[in-house]
Amino acid sequence: MQMYEALQAYNLPDERGHFGVYGGVFVAETLVHALEELRQSYEQLRQDNDFLSELDYELKHYVGRPSPVYYAKRLSEKLGGAQIWLKREDLNHTGAHKVNNTVGQALLARHMGKKRVIAETGAGQHGVASATVAARYGMECVVYMGSEDVKRQASNVYRMKLLGATVVPVESGSKTLKDALNEAMRDWVTNVEDTFYIIGTVAGPHPYPMMVRDFNSVVGRELRVQMPHEVGQQPDAIIACVGGGSNAMGAFYPYIEDKSVRLIGVEAAGYGISSGKHAAPLCSGRPGVLHGNRTYLMQDENGQIAETHSISAGLDYPGVGPEHAWLKDSGRAEYVAADDKQALEAFHTLTRTEGIMPALESAHAVAYAMKLAPQMSKDVVLLVNLSGRGDKDMDTVARASGIKL
Amino acid sequence: MSRISATFQKLRSDNKKALIPFVTAGDPNGQLTSMIMHGLVEAGADIIELGVPFSDPMADGPTIQRSSERALEQGVGLRDVLQIVSRFRQTDQTTPIVLMGYANPIEAMGYSEFAHQAQVAGVDGVLVVDYPPEESRELTSRLKASGLDSIFLLAPTTLEARMDEVARTASGYVYYVSLKGVTGAKNLDLSEVAEKIPQIRAHVDLPIGVGFGIRDGKTARAVAELSDAVVIGSRLVEEIEQAAPQDVVARASALIREIRQALDRA
Repeated sequence: MQMYEALQAYNLPDERGHFGVYGGVFVAETLVHALEELRQSYEQLRQDNDFLSELDYELKHYVGRPSPVYYAKRLSEKLGGAQIWLKREDLNHTGAHKVNNTVGQALLARHMGKKRVIAETGAGQHGVASATVAARYGMECVVYMGSEDVKRQASNVYRMKLLGATVVPVESGSKTLKDALNEAMRDWVTNVEDTFYIIGTVAGPHPYPMMVRDFNSVVGRELRVQMPHEVGQQPDAIIACVGGGSNAMGAFYPYIEDKSVRLIGVEAAGYGISSGKHAAPLCSGRPGVLHGNRTYLMQDENGQIAETHSISAGLDYPGVGPEHAWLKDSGRAEYVAADDKQALEAFHTLTRTEGIMPALESAHAVAYAMKLAPQMSKDVVLLVNLSGRGDKDMDTVARASGIKL
Repeated sequence: MSRISATFQKLRSDNKKALIPFVTAGDPNGQLTSMIMHGLVEAGADIIELGVPFSDPMADGPTIQRSSERALEQGVGLRDVLQIVSRFRQTDQTTPIVLMGYANPIEAMGYSEFAHQAQVAGVDGVLVVDYPPEESRELTSRLKASGLDSIFLLAPTTLEARMDEVARTASGYVYYVSLKGVTGAKNLDLSEVAEKIPQIRAHVDLPIGVGFGIRDGKTARAVAELSDAVVIGSRLVEEIEQAAPQDVVARASALIREIRQALDRA
């Protein structure tokens, strides 16, 4: 399989990981060599047929790929406009797109001879996906999670422990995802020789944004084949939620050169952009440097990173992958935002009309599709990347409705 | 000649090693920081590294993280740090000040504005933990134009080939991170330091400071025998954290005096 030939002319990032002015390697000196080693191993393995067939095999038999494309007929009819189709990443093993990336990175770790993997997690989905592949490949796994998130996501913490991972609550800073990432970086600096850091999104220092994009772009590559076959055309627009942006980047990437397809990223507007309590750096932040790359950030006038809010823990992050920053500035992709209320409405609507409970993250993309569809004609095809399932969000959804489970 | 180079030259002619304490600006507050700085100079500090508080100090251990949080609670930002330096300069025109911190506060201010304001305030050098030389050419050239030194880190994992890259960009001194880990870690291995410093000397023609994990006079002296300067950070920040406000200056100074004596003992 020629997995990485989807794009010939779009060739970002450059060799030092830059997407225009974004991306790069902004890390302390101790990690420079480890990142260089990782880049070299990845460059070599991405062209290695044995590695790629092993990855294909795992994605098919372990993850359950390809994930189907599903026509949300009742939802589309209810809205009375464009057709809404769903890419069913919620049907993957572990319930979200995250596993596409963790399988890839775990195989890479194994090839590099690293026996210990570490990961950061917010809602716990990437932590679970990392703990899962660590169990699958017999590796030690340590997951860093903000102590606030540990409290909010108790069942995912238990899942990780069942899978044999050690979950370390992080007490510093805002005690959420960004602080978990800081702590994972500190672990990596300390144990750099035997440890592989599985970053869960298209952020971090080069080569992570590129590598995580490549592993997740199995989603977009499948779409390119599935859409003409099952729908009769490529989508008119692809809509995906954006926190760090890995599911969106995975869906967008094989379409970047196909300019007839609109690419729409939906950030979390939390309590509303004007409230300041949100997680929408592309819609209202400024470029800066955090976690190893230059990108749009939520920050104050002194350059301190701002605390974010979203009902969806997976979008509750002050930065965003540098390739999204570049796609925004270049005008190739559009970035909009849906707030907590719209995401909850979309959650309930999709659940009732299609019997599909989306993750609250993915519900942001559904919300924007629901806003767009009624303004469009019935022959327009909107593809929503349904990045995960909503089982993990039962408590949050119940609480938002004033119900205690 | 920059204040930093002049300082190292004088120390060399006196046959002494540089003692470089690190404190976070604004911990426990801005007023006390400048008093602590004067106290450190009186106790024998040659250069002061002044930490610029940041919300996400990825390379720091718990002690300096907490110190950064205390400063941020006081609302201390980069502009306030520069004010602290200005205030310090009113009565001390000789001790070099190196700002140490993370990229984003500088990104937010803008490179030329920062280089200009830092020069006006009396800053001598800048060390940005998450700007390796490859990502900091523009800032480095602005700093140079303003007469400021760019200090860079070298690590146990730095390959010799890369040391040349660092040598091309760095000025003032280089800072060797003595261990794989964060600031204040306790796994300092002197024999590893002894092995690495000669390698660095072969590539870098600047004074070498060593920091991370130096906690007492004895270790400081052992490190100083291998290098040109020792940096005391977390251990000093601990004193500041534990002291009552009225004792902060005395306790910080006492620690630095003790280390100075260990370094200078014949």
